[in-house]
Amino acid sequence: MSAHGNTYVPKSRLAKWFESRLPIAGLVHSSFIAYPVPRNLNYFWTFGAILSAMLGVQIITGVWLAMHYEPSAAGAFNSVEHIMRDVNYGWLLRYAHANGASMFFVAVYVHIFRALYYGSYKAPREVLYILGVVIYLLMMATAFLGYTLPWGQMSFWGATVITNILAAIPVVGDTIQSLLWGGYSVGNPTVNRFFSLHYLLPWMIAGVVVLHVWALHVTGQNNPAGIPIKSGKDAVPFTPYATVKDVFATVAFMILFAWFIFFQPNYLGHADNYVPANPAVTPAHIVPEWYFLPFYAILRAVPDKLGGVILMFGAVMILALAPWLDTSRIRSCNYRPIYRQFFWVFFAVCIILGWLGAKPPEGGYVIAARVCTFYYFAHFLIVMPLVGLFETPKALPGSILESVTGPGKQVSGSGVPAGAAAAPSTKG
Amino acid sequence: MTISLSILARRAGPLLAASLLALSLGTAASGAAEAPQPPRQKWSFAGALGTFDQAQLQRGFQVYKEVCSACHSMTLVRFRNLAEPGGPGYSANQVKALAATYQVKDGPNDSGEMFERPGRPADAFPAPFPNDKAAAAANGGKAPPDFSVLAKARTYERGFPWFVTDVMPFVGYSEQGVDYIHALLVGYEEAPKGMDVPEGTHYNKYYPGHLIAMPNPISDGQVTYPKTDKGEPVVPETVDQYAKDVAAFMAWAAEPHMVARKALGFRVILFLIVLSALLYYVKKRIWADVGGEVHGLQPELHKAY
Repeated sequence: MSAHGNTYVPKSRLAKWFESRLPIAGLVHSSFIAYPVPRNLNYFWTFGAILSAMLGVQIITGVWLAMHYEPSAAGAFNSVEHIMRDVNYGWLLRYAHANGASMFFVAVYVHIFRALYYGSYKAPREVLYILGVVIYLLMMATAFLGYTLPWGQMSFWGATVITNILAAIPVVGDTIQSLLWGGYSVGNPTVNRFFSLHYLLPWMIAGVVVLHVWALHVTGQNNPAGIPIKSGKDAVPFTPYATVKDVFATVAFMILFAWFIFFQPNYLGHADNYVPANPAVTPAHIVPEWYFLPFYAILRAVPDKLGGVILMFGAVMILALAPWLDTSRIRSCNYRPIYRQFFWVFFAVCIILGWLGAKPPEGGYVIAARVCTFYYFAHFLIVMPLVGLFETPKALPGSILESVTGPGKQVSGSGVPAGAAAAPSTKG
Repeated sequence: MTISLSILARRAGPLLAASLLALSLGTAASGAAEAPQPPRQKWSFAGALGTFDQAQLQRGFQVYKEVCSACHSMTLVRFRNLAEPGGPGYSANQVKALAATYQVKDGPNDSGEMFERPGRPADAFPAPFPNDKAAAAANGGKAPPDFSVLAKARTYERGFPWFVTDVMPFVGYSEQGVDYIHALLVGYEEAPKGMDVPEGTHYNKYYPGHLIAMPNPISDGQVTYPKTDKGEPVVPETVDQYAKDVAAFMAWAAEPHMVARKALGFRVILFLIVLSALLYYVKKRIWADVGGEVHGLQPELHKAY
C-alpha cells in the first residue's frame, strides 16, 4: 500500500512476530504516521478527514436506526415516528442521520471544488480522482434511497420521479424500473428493496474510500502550490502535524453539524415529508434534497426526457474526464490567472443551477436553467481545453518551502524525521 | 491575448450571473395567486433556549379535546406523553384518569371478539373515525388530517433572503408551521367580491388557493378556560388565543422531545466550541516548530516575493 518505504520498526517480540506475518501495523504507520504531508496545505485539505468522520457517523447512526425501522409501505412512516417519540434518544439518531447526509454533501462539495481549483485531478492523480467521482456517485444513490425510507409524500413522489426517469434509458430502462419497483408502481416492495440497497451502498462507499486513500498514498497529496515535494523541507510527517489539524477541523465542522441536529433539524428537509405517502395526492412541488438541485435543474432544462437523463448523468460523469479535458500542465489555479476566473464563474453557475432546481420549471427559470446547463458543459468541453492552450501561467515557486517562506530563506528546525523526508524526494 | 481574455472573463462572470438572476427574478412574481404570509407570532418555544409554556400546552390540549378532536385524530400521541417531561406537565394520576374517560377498542379476546375498554396511559388517542374513508365520507369528501406531526408538515415559503437568515443563530426561525396553523384558524373571512366559493369549501385568507374544505371550526368564547381568583379567564377566550394555544400544543405533539433536544444541543455545542478552541491551540503549538502557521500560498502573497 505504501510507496514510501516501511519506516515502522516493531519493538516487542509479539509485534515482530505479527509484522512478519501481516504487516498491517507498518501499513498504518507509513500511511498515517510517517506519511509525508506537504507543509503548505490549507484547511481545504482537512475535508478528507471530515468526510471520513461523516461516513462513520452515518454508518453508526444508520445501523442503530435500522434496529427500529420497519421497511414497509404500511409501517415505515409510523416506525420513523416511533423512533422520534419512543426510542431512547431516537430523535437524536434520526436527526443526526438525516442532517448527517446533508453535512456529508457539504463536505464533499468543498472537497470536489478544492480538487477542481487546485488541479488535484491532474497526473499522476487521475485514478485517485476518478475513485472520488465513483464515491460521489455512490453517495448520491445512497442519499436518494435513504430519503425515500421515511415514506412521506416527498419520499414517495421523489422515488416515483427518479424511477420514472430511469425508464427513459433505451432498451434496459423498463427492466431497471420494474426491478427497482418490484412491481408495476412504487409500493411496498419498493421501500423494502430500497432499504436493502440503502444498507448495502455505504459499505461499497467504505470499500472505494479504502481504494481512494490507497491511491492517495501512492501519489502523495497535491497542495496549494501544485508542485511536488522535492525535499524533506517541503514536508511534515502526517502525525502529529496533519493529525492534529484534521482533528481540529473535524471538531470545528461538528459544531455546524450539531447546530443543524439540535436547533434546525428540519431546515434542510421538506415539510411535505411529514405527510404520510399518498399515491392519490401529488405534492404541489416535487423537489429533491438541496444537494441534488443543480442536477435536477439540468434534468428539467432539457425538453426531451431521455436527453434530460443523459445530461443529468453526464453532468456527473464529465467530472471524471477533467484530467484529460484540462490541457494546462499547471495544477493550481493560484498560478492560472485566466482559468481561475473561469473557475469562479463555473462555481457561480453551479450555485445558480441549485437555486433554479428549487424553482418551478416555468418561464424564465427554464431559460436560465438552459443557459446555465450549456455553460456547465461548456466549462468542461470548451473552457478547460482552450484556456490551457492560450493561458500564460504565473511563475511557479521553486519548491513548497519557497512557496511558504519566500525564495532564498531557510527555516530552522523543520520537525521532519529523516526517514519521512528522504522517500518523497523521488515523487513527481 | 491573455490580458484581453482575462478582462473578458472578469467582466463576463458577474454579468452572466446578474443577467441570469434578473431573468429568474422577473418570473418569480408571475405565479398563481399566492396566499399572504402568515403573521409571525411570539412563541415561548422559539429560539435556541425556548421551552414550552405548560399552561399554554394545557389550554391547547383543552381546545384540541373539546373542539378539534371531533374530526381530527392524533394517533401517534399516547396519553402517557402528556405526563412526560417537557410537555404539558400533567401528573401520572391525571393522565390515568383522563385516559379512563376514553373508550379504546381492544381484542380479540379469548372468545375471538373485539371489545371496548377504558383507555390506559399507554394507549394512543383514539381516532374519531374508524378509517380515512369514513373520515372523508363524514367530512364532505376530504379526511381531516391527523394532528400528530401536522405542525411539522405545514410551512410556507419565505423566499430569499429570509431562507438564509432563518437557519442562523439568534435570527433563526423554524416556527413557520405553527404560525401557519395559527393564521389558518384566524384566517376565515368573507370571500372577496366576485370570488366563487363552491359548495363544501370555505374562504380562508391564509390557505393556499384560499378554498379550504374545513369550515370555520371555532368562535370566540367557545372554550371555557380556567379562571383566576377574580373569576376572570387566565387569558382571553378569543379565536386568536385559542389558535395560539392549540398551535403551541400541536408543536409539542409533533416534537415531544424538543425541550430535551435544545437543552442537550446547548451543552453539546458549548463542549464542541471549548474542545475545538483547545485543539486549535494544540495545533498552533505543534506547528510552531515548523516555523509557525503554514498557510496555503495566496497569489497576493506570491506577488510580494
